[in-house]
Amino acid sequence: MDSQAQITASAKSLKKNDYINLFFLMVFGFIVTPMIVTSDYWYTSILIPWLCLSLATIGQQIVMGYTGQLSLGAAGFMAAGAFACYNLILRVEGLPFFGALIISGLIAAAIGIVFGLPSLRVRGLYLMVATLASQFFIIWVIDKFGWFKNYDSSGIITAQDIVIFDRAYTSPMDMYLVVLFVVVILTILAMNMARGSTGRNWMAVRDMDVAAESMGVSLLKTKLQAFAISSFYCGVAGALFAFTYLKSLEPVAFDIKLSFKILFMVILGGLGTINGAFIGAAFILLFPVLLNTIGNNVFHGAIDATIISALEQVVFGVLMIVFMIYEPLGMAKLWENLKTRIKSRFSKD
Amino acid sequence: MSENQIDRNFPIGGPILEVNNISLSFGGVKAITDTSFDVLTHEIRAIIGPNGAGKSSMLNCINGIYKPQEGSVVYHGETLSKITPNIAAQKGISRTFQNLALFKRMSALDNILVGRKLHSKANFIDIAFQLPKAKREETENRQKCEEIISFLEIDEIKNTPVGKLPYGLQKRVELGRALAAEPEVLLLDEPMAGMNVEEKREMCRFILEVNDNYGTTIVLIEHDMGVVMDISDRVVVLDYGKVIGDGTPDEVRSNQTVIDAYLGVAHG
Repeated sequence: MDSQAQITASAKSLKKNDYINLFFLMVFGFIVTPMIVTSDYWYTSILIPWLCLSLATIGQQIVMGYTGQLSLGAAGFMAAGAFACYNLILRVEGLPFFGALIISGLIAAAIGIVFGLPSLRVRGLYLMVATLASQFFIIWVIDKFGWFKNYDSSGIITAQDIVIFDRAYTSPMDMYLVVLFVVVILTILAMNMARGSTGRNWMAVRDMDVAAESMGVSLLKTKLQAFAISSFYCGVAGALFAFTYLKSLEPVAFDIKLSFKILFMVILGGLGTINGAFIGAAFILLFPVLLNTIGNNVFHGAIDATIISALEQVVFGVLMIVFMIYEPLGMAKLWENLKTRIKSRFSKD
Repeated sequence: MSENQIDRNFPIGGPILEVNNISLSFGGVKAITDTSFDVLTHEIRAIIGPNGAGKSSMLNCINGIYKPQEGSVVYHGETLSKITPNIAAQKGISRTFQNLALFKRMSALDNILVGRKLHSKANFIDIAFQLPKAKREETENRQKCEEIISFLEIDEIKNTPVGKLPYGLQKRVELGRALAAEPEVLLLDEPMAGMNVEEKREMCRFILEVNDNYGTTIVLIEHDMGVVMDISDRVVVLDYGKVIGDGTPDEVRSNQTVIDAYLGVAHG
């Protein structure tokens, strides 16, 4: 009985700790950051794309890291979300921005279910190839039918302003706050799902599908659910990406390269962790910036820019291999290890 | 019937599960030929036989992993024509696997919690928004699993990823996961394979206690004759996919065909 009391107590305090962490992160994100970060560059080139891509990475994480279904269509679903949002705002009078955002996510989710169907028959690399179809198909449909682009001949459409309660959010900091708001909410929801029975069912399917089925977990439902939720996250992320970062809508922005980038973010961040999505996205996004800064400031441009960008590819490649072999749980796991090491050091003293 | 019959909490009743004339073949290889036996409510029924006798295939037919070409499985008097592992689970048939089928990267507790799936009604939206329904259910499920964990004496390792646990403990976690479903019938595929004497004794104790405390009907496959004779009420013996003996441990022990199959017989 004693141990039982301890268990519940420790579980509760763990939860409490989480909420305290979350509270500080939110204070930092919503209040401290806008106070100390004044340069637009930080918002438009780092914080906004980082948050958008983190959200898409959470989506990829759900289907790949938690449910174990190799999928390579994240950018396709992002495009679906982005164009859905554009068309909804364009064509539905009086639809609030967040309403459009949610419906875009739902549309992406519906498409995700359709492209998730092959997962019921094939797995692993074969599934990856099958989901690749979504990537190309969605982009092709958007390019093929002018309706999606409102028959704009230029190929690049300017995204509408974000209007919430009659106030336009157009400055970089405003946009950052909108994105942060959406990302915080969706992250909390994802964490709740991942820790609850929803997440356990995903992981059961990932680790041993026959056993999962024997425990009453429906493979069909669980896999399609994961694809739907994953695509929802990607769709919302895509809409935010287009409206706040690109500020335009062009199918080219959502090409296969972006899908791969998101895949790398999942792997480097750590399969099956939500905070890994943020770490992975930050690394992949910031590393080129870092390399450039080093190239410019340390070597004063002595190294050619093309060499730097080539170097970037090499380092990513090596890191992917190293992580796959030595730490499949990625940077989130390294961070976790570091924390426990520090903790044990302190508790010893 | 064995002597522990007298003071049982759940006296043995009528048939709960009947296997009728099942035949299963893989291509040209016959795994099971025209096999029939029944399982009575609250009994411990063992399936024994030499390697390759079709024991595991039999369990896989009952639980819907394999689809037998002929024959039927009758559960509670109802013929289950289309069984899948999922349907079997919903009907109250839970199981463990011969070669451990745990969710390796999840903790022992999480593994057992997955066993609560059929008792969880909250959907992903309830859970995402942590609605009262989802919270209440999660607490109930955790409580139930903690009970199972302390019953199986695996408190210390409950937060360890099961892939890192020694074999004997993994077997116990798997039993826990099956128990979490609160099944009517529990299929155990070699629950004691690869264990030492001490571990076997403990596993026997757990199996007997499950049967006695919850009245769970148990069908188990085991190699160790000593163990089987000790804990089971009735034994069915398979050899080359056919039933060669069926009865109480004592009857089976003295059955000449069974002795021949186990000890080998000189062919003149």
